Amino acid sequence: MKDVMLNPVLDRYSLVAIFAAMAIYTVAFLVFVWHLSRLSSTSKKMQKSAPKLERSALFILITAVLFHGAGVVMRGVAASRVPWANMYEFSITGSFVIVAIFLFAWFVKEIRVIAVLVTGFALLVLGAATTNFYVQVKTLMPALQSYWLVIHVTVAVLATAFFNIAAALAVAYLLRNWGRLKKSKAPALQLVKRVLSVFPESKKLESLSYRFNMIGFILWTFTLVAGAVWAERAWHRYWGWDTKEVWTFIIWTIYAGYLHATATRGWTGARAAWLSLVGFAAILFNFTIVNLFFKGLHVYSGLK
Amino acid sequence: MSLRSDVTHGDEIRSPKLGPAGWARWIWGQITSMRTALLLLLLLAVAAIPGSLLPQRSSDPNGVTAYFQANPTTAPTLDKLQAFDVYSSAWFSSIYLLLFISLIGCVLPRTRHHWDALRSEPIDTPRSLKRFPAYLAKPSKQAGVLENFAEQLRRMRFRVKVTKTSVSAEKGYVRETGNLLFHVSLIGVLISVGIGGATSFSGQRVLVEGESFVNNLAGYDSFSPGVWFDSKTLQPFNVKLDKFVATFDLRNKTNIGTPLDFEAFVSLRETPTSKPVASKIRVNYPLEAPGANIYLTGNGYAPVLTFRDKDGNISFSGPVIYMPQDANYTSLGVIKLPDAKPNQFGVLSFFYPTKAVLKTGAFTSGYPAPVDPLVSMNVYVGDLGLDNGIPSNVFSLQVHGLKQVAGGKSGTKALTLELGETKQLPQELGTVTWDGLKRYASLDIDYNPMQVWIFLFAVLAFIGLITSLLTPRRRVFARKTETGYELAGMAKNDDPRLQGILEELVLGLKVRKK
Ligand code: HEM
Repeated sequence: MKDVMLNPVLDRYSLVAIFAAMAIYTVAFLVFVWHLSRLSSTSKKMQKSAPKLERSALFILITAVLFHGAGVVMRGVAASRVPWANMYEFSITGSFVIVAIFLFAWFVKEIRVIAVLVTGFALLVLGAATTNFYVQVKTLMPALQSYWLVIHVTVAVLATAFFNIAAALAVAYLLRNWGRLKKSKAPALQLVKRVLSVFPESKKLESLSYRFNMIGFILWTFTLVAGAVWAERAWHRYWGWDTKEVWTFIIWTIYAGYLHATATRGWTGARAAWLSLVGFAAILFNFTIVNLFFKGLHVYSGLK
Repeated sequence: MSLRSDVTHGDEIRSPKLGPAGWARWIWGQITSMRTALLLLLLLAVAAIPGSLLPQRSSDPNGVTAYFQANPTTAPTLDKLQAFDVYSSAWFSSIYLLLFISLIGCVLPRTRHHWDALRSEPIDTPRSLKRFPAYLAKPSKQAGVLENFAEQLRRMRFRVKVTKTSVSAEKGYVRETGNLLFHVSLIGVLISVGIGGATSFSGQRVLVEGESFVNNLAGYDSFSPGVWFDSKTLQPFNVKLDKFVATFDLRNKTNIGTPLDFEAFVSLRETPTSKPVASKIRVNYPLEAPGANIYLTGNGYAPVLTFRDKDGNISFSGPVIYMPQDANYTSLGVIKLPDAKPNQFGVLSFFYPTKAVLKTGAFTSGYPAPVDPLVSMNVYVGDLGLDNGIPSNVFSLQVHGLKQVAGGKSGTKALTLELGETKQLPQELGTVTWDGLKRYASLDIDYNPMQVWIFLFAVLAFIGLITSLLTPRRRVFARKTETGYELAGMAKNDDPRLQGILEELVLGLKVRKK
């Protein structure tokens, strides 16, 4: 650790790759929107051309994720360590994992409709990361010099990615079941309705969302336990209700509630979907507001 | 007919005519219902929020003091509501205790139910299969279809019951086993956390290079034991801080001054008579001593100072702990000289490891290592308030009521010393010499005897969780019909493989036929 050489030049290249990825994500996003509009078109001919468009969008998305991945790897090499030791790095790595997992799940046909949401979210995260969270490459502060940084944070990123996809599916579910929209005859809403009609049936959305949340919950439980083990080493106690620990606990409790909801009569469907969104809102809150404005031991944003 | 309903209690609607026993049962049913568990879980999440918005005594006592100073009217009211001790408050505790009562009330009958289910045959085939989530019916004249299905299902590790006209099969009992293991282990975690809190201790000690610490109550600067902690259990080990090394980055331009490593080189004697063993404590890598772990939690500089009165008699000599105030170790130290002649006085002093001058003319530190160190001193005379027996914080000086004679607006400039220098104090207070510079380490000495148990139960809970969430629990039924047979399947939580299994069974039939 003592004779680490940082490589700021490579860090510049990493940033360039991230910007390139953002540009390509934008294109992918637009093509996915275009695809949805084709798919929901009333003209048969338009509908027929949709799959081809979807393939192009997928291809563009893969290109974007390759640039994105290159940016993440270069950042890690530039810093001679794992690229997730501050908010900027956590954002670029986290969003990369979200898109990568989404691509792995591509073979589940029903999941493809949320491509717009996932691509848009990745774009937003990268935008915030590059404009608000960016810091130059730094060495690890002593409190982060531990293999637990690899274990605990990797799993936290993965959990967040699964929760994120589940939340996108929950949004799709809620839109699909939006009673007022279903009944409305307003012409302006006809297009929205047509778009929604190409979504998979809501039962499928619900069960997919449940699956992603379930995996997310397993990973989050691991994150929480691993965090406690690390806290014992780094901060001399396994649990101390530090703000970050509090929010990790809150998130865990919300998703435990979600799992109970799916098994309780009267709580499935929309209510469970809302809970899933509340859980994801807590994750976003934990990552942004808590990191930036709250006092605590987890001050690793690297921002002043 | 739902697999779900046989594990959820109390969700059914009861008739309102109840005696006292009936009421008790009804309340118990409510408490142990899944809906209550859900609401309590969500309530717990909400109740945890204020503790992250307000400073807490357990993790940030200085923050609480500051909050009281900034909000003198609201703070006492909030304090009455235990808002600064959220996680040990009556309301937070009652939520999680209620949740765990509910949990116990839920787990006990489920365990018995599951125990019975494990030793009994699958349920009878329901009369109508058509409305099951997976269903298919086929015409067939083949003989021995049911036996064939039963055989296949057994090979798929289903538990199978065959009657003349139907087959009932079930698999995935381990799902419920895992679920029970998870919930029981959570109770284990809670109990271990409770016992651990009562039997553990946490102590702090600051050691300057060359100083040592003996593990008994007198050896600690501060000590917080659990209610059942017995100080006789402290093992008499001895730790000496031989040397403290802090390494800061000087090579990477974007990173100058960032700490790269803190290393406390110590020698540990496990008993008063055993040989010292050299060891190193780093952040994240505590030292394991008998009956306690020693953690490195902070560090700083301790300039060695000597104060003499005007006749040359020493009134104070030794290292003084300076508290770092910023990342470059601009540090604040306090020296109190209650026995000084002719007046008692106090010194509020700053230490700059690498002195630099701000535009305002004030000193600051430009780099955390002692490249060009400087000490500055403000001197106050007057009653230091140490004689009235009220304990006072050694790290702060109450300047109220004292007269400043050097620094600030006193008319005399603050004293500044380079390493090795001696300076005259104002008003015939004598001299001060800066003899040397040492470093110190802040150590935390902690022990929680239940920690392994907490970890063990957490691991069991995790194993239980994975087992229960990832094991599908399925029921498959087959029945002869007039024209052939029908198959149906159901699962706990929907299961995309269900229909596939039924089709596999049909396929298995054809393979046999060939
Ligand atoms: C500390 C409080 C609790 C926590 C953290 C918790 C957590 C969980 C989790 C994570 C699951 C998911 C496992 C699965 O779906 O199979 C679960 C399932 C379950 N819990 Fe709890 N639980 C708690 C309290 C309770 C209580 C009080 C009850 C009794 C009413 C209960 C009854 C159940 C049941 C019946 C399931 C199975 C649901 C199903 O799989 O369909 N839990 N619990």
